[in-house]
Amino acid sequence: MLNNFVMPDLYPAAPELFLVTMAMVLIFVDLAVGEARRWVVGALTVASLVGAAVITVLTADGQTTLTFSNLFADDALADFLKLLTYLSVIMVIIYGRGYLAERGLDKGEYYLLVLFATLGMMVMISAASFVTLYLGLELLSLSLYALVAIDRDSVRATEAAMKYFVLGSMASGLLLYGMSMLYGATGTLEISGVAQAVNQMQAPKAIMVFGLVFTVAGIAFKLGLAPFHMWIPDVYHGAPTPITLLIGSAPKFAAFAMTMRLLVYGLLGLAIEWQKMLLIMAIVSIGLGNLAAVAQTNIKRMLAYSAISHMGFMVLGLTSGVLGLPANPYVAVSAYSSALYYMFAYVLMSMGAFGMILLLSRKDHEAENLDDFKGLNQRSPWFAAVMLILMFSMAGIPFFIGFFAKFSVLLPLIFAGHTAIAVTAVMFSLVGAFYYLRVVKLMYFDAPDDNSPLRHNIDMRVLLSINGVAVALLGIFPDPVMLLCHDVMSSLIG
Amino acid sequence: MSSSPTSQLLSLAIWLPILGAVAVLWLGSQRRVVMRWAALAVAIAGFVVTLPLFIGFDNHEVAMQFVEHAPWISRFNIFYHLGVDGISMPLILLNSFITVLVILAGWDVIEQKQAQYMGAFLIMSGLMNGIFSALDGVLFYVFFEASLIPMYLIIGVWGGPNRVYAALKFFLYTLLGSLLMLVALIWLFLESGGSFNILDWHQLPLGMPAQGLIFIAFLLSFAVKVPMWPVHTWLPDAHVEAPTGGSVVLAAIALKLGAYGFLRFSLPIVPDASHAMAPFMITLSLIAVIYIGFVALAQSDMKKLVAYSSISHMGFVTLGFFMFNTLGIEGALMQMISHGFVSGAMFLCIGVMYDRVHSRQIADYGGVVNSMPKFAAFFLLFSMANAGLPATSGFVGEFMVILGAVKFNFWVGFAAATTLIMGAAYTLWMYKRVAFGEIGNHHVAEMQDLNSREFLILGILAAAVLAMGIYPFPFTEVMHTSVENLLNHVAQTKL
Repeated sequence: MLNNFVMPDLYPAAPELFLVTMAMVLIFVDLAVGEARRWVVGALTVASLVGAAVITVLTADGQTTLTFSNLFADDALADFLKLLTYLSVIMVIIYGRGYLAERGLDKGEYYLLVLFATLGMMVMISAASFVTLYLGLELLSLSLYALVAIDRDSVRATEAAMKYFVLGSMASGLLLYGMSMLYGATGTLEISGVAQAVNQMQAPKAIMVFGLVFTVAGIAFKLGLAPFHMWIPDVYHGAPTPITLLIGSAPKFAAFAMTMRLLVYGLLGLAIEWQKMLLIMAIVSIGLGNLAAVAQTNIKRMLAYSAISHMGFMVLGLTSGVLGLPANPYVAVSAYSSALYYMFAYVLMSMGAFGMILLLSRKDHEAENLDDFKGLNQRSPWFAAVMLILMFSMAGIPFFIGFFAKFSVLLPLIFAGHTAIAVTAVMFSLVGAFYYLRVVKLMYFDAPDDNSPLRHNIDMRVLLSINGVAVALLGIFPDPVMLLCHDVMSSLIG
Repeated sequence: MSSSPTSQLLSLAIWLPILGAVAVLWLGSQRRVVMRWAALAVAIAGFVVTLPLFIGFDNHEVAMQFVEHAPWISRFNIFYHLGVDGISMPLILLNSFITVLVILAGWDVIEQKQAQYMGAFLIMSGLMNGIFSALDGVLFYVFFEASLIPMYLIIGVWGGPNRVYAALKFFLYTLLGSLLMLVALIWLFLESGGSFNILDWHQLPLGMPAQGLIFIAFLLSFAVKVPMWPVHTWLPDAHVEAPTGGSVVLAAIALKLGAYGFLRFSLPIVPDASHAMAPFMITLSLIAVIYIGFVALAQSDMKKLVAYSSISHMGFVTLGFFMFNTLGIEGALMQMISHGFVSGAMFLCIGVMYDRVHSRQIADYGGVVNSMPKFAAFFLLFSMANAGLPATSGFVGEFMVILGAVKFNFWVGFAAATTLIMGAAYTLWMYKRVAFGEIGNHHVAEMQDLNSREFLILGILAAAVLAMGIYPFPFTEVMHTSVENLLNHVAQTKL
């Protein structure tokens, strides 16, 4: 028995192994330290993520390495997305620390679940097979379901967790069903094997397309695209704000990776089919997200609908990669790197916006209504300016990163001949401008309702300031990140 | 020119006010005295760095001058590409000049958040210099859009009772126009084989349906900004609600952005569509001149009256552009600069009265000349200039455009000339009701005449209005070569 055992190459999975070890260590550290020294657990979590980032950087070689019998891939895209994931999770922990401590929610379980969610995202990002992808997805989702319900006495949070769980399970089921169809048609679970079968036209196309529909539905659920968006507003609204911040940030990178692995790596041969599906969902998302956001008075719900519209815009970048088969690598790289850049820009902005909500919240006060932003300019001109930058950036007004994100998606879209779609999308962002401007109006034109001081945590204030300034500076100098996204994509396709 | 030491001037004109604004914001309203002087120093320095543009300008050079060219976004072949010709250079000077006056005008009138007020105007000034000097499509668009942000805040924070509505209307209206322009810019990039250089686009051959669509996309963007009838409705609201400084910048500079866009984009990039659409554009312009003139006559609010008079005067500008002759375009450019001085001065005059009585209604005044003789003299001069009296700057541009129009078509010229009657009617009638007659009420009787700061501002503007009216030659001299070049270019078909 043992003679057949070959030790897999663990090197490509070093960050994952490190993180899972640290998670185990944390369980015991959490038991050892008391309530008063809970910060040790938080600090150790951040240290683990930083350690994983260091390992990822050190092991990054720009090459694609497969391991665990071709279940697990380490490539440039994986390294890039993992680094972004660590960064987002670290920001989530620092932004959410004060809020959770005030409510007695900063338990060891929180940090542990966050680490396991991160691990799930990393596995998804590195998945080279349907099985690994599904495993990572479930690890991420189960951790998130529990995190949404971490405030167990809150009815709203429990309801949100239940809703998230039921709908999420259904989406996982759809995805699994789609994958099984693809497996049935191609006879392999390996994503590269599926791609080969599609390219060589070995697989029966009808079954492939049938499986594709379910796969796309599963992906759309995870990204939050209409009409699979129903969970987003309720979960964003119901979850404690730091958890909303988590759901709205790092998992988007994992969902992006999932989209890339399944659709671009595996099913590029069916791109003409899935591009049509995504195009319709993108336009519906942009329209519905922007229109529904106008009607919200709760800023978490407003940002939830805005997330739907932003994901729609991001997906527009994915719909313009293949103009005809065989795919032109230059066009594909241009389109997919735009989508990646959009995702980066969106997560950066959305973290800042949820961070602002956390900054304004107090022990007995959830700053989740738009009116809580009234007169912020008088309470704190600096953080009003940060929110101003974030809102104008989300609205797509230059010189902020949000504009260049939209710009870089529109360019390949128009190149692909979808000028009418581009016009529709920008017209809906005019609607979007209205509700972002309303936040600016509340902050600058109205008088404050309450004058209580903002949260004091110095680490959060500094990080939030950096976040806001980054949105502005990366808008004035967008080139480095754009080129980075482009390089990552071209190292994979080409 | 690109290698000469003066080639950083445009960057200075853009970034000096913006970085200065950051310093002013940092000083904050607590250190009010220092902050105000710092803001004034930045504004004056911003104006001084634009002077070499005028002095060092080669009037006979066809190409762009003071060119700066550096890579900005290599991913999409976008450059930080600046330069001016005879069309844009005077507008940069005008903008930097008006900014100094606006800072002075807000000196002790603005009481709350003065640092943010001054900062917003300085940022606005830098961004508008960017619009006038950008030679890269995306760079232009970025400045064009970004300038909405400070203006939105200026109207919304320091404006009148209905400021929220006015600010939002201003923002969404102008955004609506410019979003389509973005699509057109990207389309031109792809069509030109990957260039965002506006000068490359000037040479780009384009077919007819494409030219028409691009013209319409640009038209929506620029027509809202000018504003042309029937998309002008945001302007009266914005003007009425904006603080004095906001109205001045809107009228004097922001409206010129749209007109400038026609000359930099529409005419040279899609000349055939421009020719084809000229009758339509001339019709819209004439409606603005005549119909809006009547609308102005009916106003009871002074700011609204001047706002409508601005629309009417801007109708003259677009009229001048689409007749495709030298007199028309040069006259329109003269009108743009003159309107910058005159409308700015009119709004400042109304601001002077508003600061004392807190009313903009004509009916609340009467006999102002009795209590404020010095002010009344200035106000009369600017009213006359607004009506286009010879020897004031208002006359030069209007007269040139009317001459150009008569050359183009007698009846167009005839219709345009009615503005001389209309303009005189609504402006002077307003002046009569406000300034002459018996003292209307005790508020008017208590009005103090100009203080030295107000006297200085209005005096400078009066000098500018008279100088330009009596000796316009330096202005026409600067723009002549560029206008001729533009007309030669537009005369050639791209089909």
